[in-house]
Amino acid sequence: MNLDALWPLIQFLVPFLFMFGFVVALMLPTMIFMERKVSAYIQDRRGPNRANILGIRLFGMIHNVADVIKLLVKEDLEPKAADKTFFRFAPFLVMTIAIMTMAVIPFGEPIAIWGKALHLQIAPLNAGILYIFAISSLSVYGIILAGWSSGNKFSFLGAVRASSQMISYEVALGLSVIGILIAYGTTDLAEMVRAQGANPLTWGVVLSPIGFLLFLTAMFAETNRMPFDLPEGESELVAGFHLEYSSFKFALFFMSEYVNMVVGAAVISTLFFGGWQVPFLSTAMIKQNSALIFSGMMISGGVVLLLISVSLIDAIRRPFFAWGDRRDHEPKVFLPLTLLGGVGLLWLGLGVIPSLDIAKYPWFPVVVVLLLQITAFCAKTFFFSFFFIWVRWTLPRFRYDQVMQLGWKYMLPLGVANIFLTFAFARLWLGWLR
Amino acid sequence: MIVVPRPAYSLREKVYFWEIAKGLLVTFGHLVRNLWGAASRSRTIQTWEYPEEPRPYPQRVRLLHRLVKRPDGTPKCVACYMCATACPAVAIEIIAEPSPDDAIEKRPISFVIDELRCVMCGFCVEACPKDAIRMDSEVGDLMGTRREDFLFTLDRLLEMKPRAGAYLGDRELEAKRKAGLI
Repeated sequence: MNLDALWPLIQFLVPFLFMFGFVVALMLPTMIFMERKVSAYIQDRRGPNRANILGIRLFGMIHNVADVIKLLVKEDLEPKAADKTFFRFAPFLVMTIAIMTMAVIPFGEPIAIWGKALHLQIAPLNAGILYIFAISSLSVYGIILAGWSSGNKFSFLGAVRASSQMISYEVALGLSVIGILIAYGTTDLAEMVRAQGANPLTWGVVLSPIGFLLFLTAMFAETNRMPFDLPEGESELVAGFHLEYSSFKFALFFMSEYVNMVVGAAVISTLFFGGWQVPFLSTAMIKQNSALIFSGMMISGGVVLLLISVSLIDAIRRPFFAWGDRRDHEPKVFLPLTLLGGVGLLWLGLGVIPSLDIAKYPWFPVVVVLLLQITAFCAKTFFFSFFFIWVRWTLPRFRYDQVMQLGWKYMLPLGVANIFLTFAFARLWLGWLR
Repeated sequence: MIVVPRPAYSLREKVYFWEIAKGLLVTFGHLVRNLWGAASRSRTIQTWEYPEEPRPYPQRVRLLHRLVKRPDGTPKCVACYMCATACPAVAIEIIAEPSPDDAIEKRPISFVIDELRCVMCGFCVEACPKDAIRMDSEVGDLMGTRREDFLFTLDRLLEMKPRAGAYLGDRELEAKRKAGLI
């Protein structure tokens, strides 16, 4: 087999499958689930607990399945006044652009394999951050196309709002990262993560806290999320730019919003929170203590699973509520799985790994590094995805003039000032640390 | 004209950051408390699982109407039209006939309440001089697929049972008076 000929394909396919699986197959349903359950718990409600398959509800996760079925079988309406071509094209454009942004996000240290370096990044691009800005600014087109082609005043108003808001905040978004671009001296995201290092004191958030806050705020405006979700303003615009969309076209808009959020969370963690860097554990350190760290991971995972088992046993012993159908037996289904998983992980961590001669397996440290760094990346992304939801259910919506005021009058000057502040502070701080 | 001045924002509030952080902590507190409540199966959430977990009615609740019988089984109603007159929704329709009992002037041969028109105000109960119509039946939620399902006729109204724990009025008062409690 000619590996050299296949290499570009492998280089593309491996990170692509991971990233696509992580964002679209894992984080997207989790986000929709969290949006429901977290909002419910924040508002002292119970949240989804009814949709089930043979009594299995997965804490309301099965509602996603119900959603998909509903959206697939619903009638796909197209208004008479709509421009059919663009009306059909817009949701695909929005979704494509949302997915494209994740191409340059690194999720692990490049691994040496078959004498080559496998970059854990779909496109190892040296203009990484510029690519993200370029692509994310394109998403305005999808939204304005959707709003305009619907042939509806409210849709169009929503689209106009969305475009003016996104264009305004793009300026602040761009300015807020210039500080750390100077501090790390690169636009390549992989390079930037490496420059941030394993020590949290050299991460972007410490070098440029104002930049982080500006970037976070601008990201909320870019993804049209809660304090800035005026393009959707239900009270005045019905639903904004996706008002006329139904069935799967609506689903594409809906999903692209969440994909945007997850990718935004990944960008935030990459730029300001060291991306795949594990706090206090550099790659070399993980490689040296790979067995110990792997055991630690397994043991902590096992303990968590056993704690869940204890909670499930408690749930079986004194159920919270008797439904009188199959849903009552749900914990009994999960208990063997969590017990088996917990005991298995503990056995792996306490029994198998310490008795293993690590030196015999040269690939073992590489796998541990990979696992740990991907876990770190996913955990950071997950936290910021959760943060998006958390903020949505905390803050009320801004008034439109306030949004513009905040964007142009406060964030823009602050962004400019932040360039100099970050530059000066990063010089002093990094110099002092060394 | 009184002009109430808007409260001026302090600098801390104008910066947003601190106030937003405070708000986030509040919502996070609720999230953690409810998550812990779900794990420890304690009731931190105040919503009810409605169809499975019916809410107990308050003591003085007005539910659907019922007609009260005399000890001999005939309706207490004397077809005086007081309830129909008092009804603001014109939901009650009564047809009267002479009663065979000499002590009673009239009795209803038809007594229909359209529960779709009823606004549950309880004026009919207030108006009734004989305590014949009450709103203390067991039925609080009514479902039907046709309009006729909501037309409650005399027979249907007489069949309705009083709600458990309902205040039964003068009979109870009578018992208490006999026992010397009042």
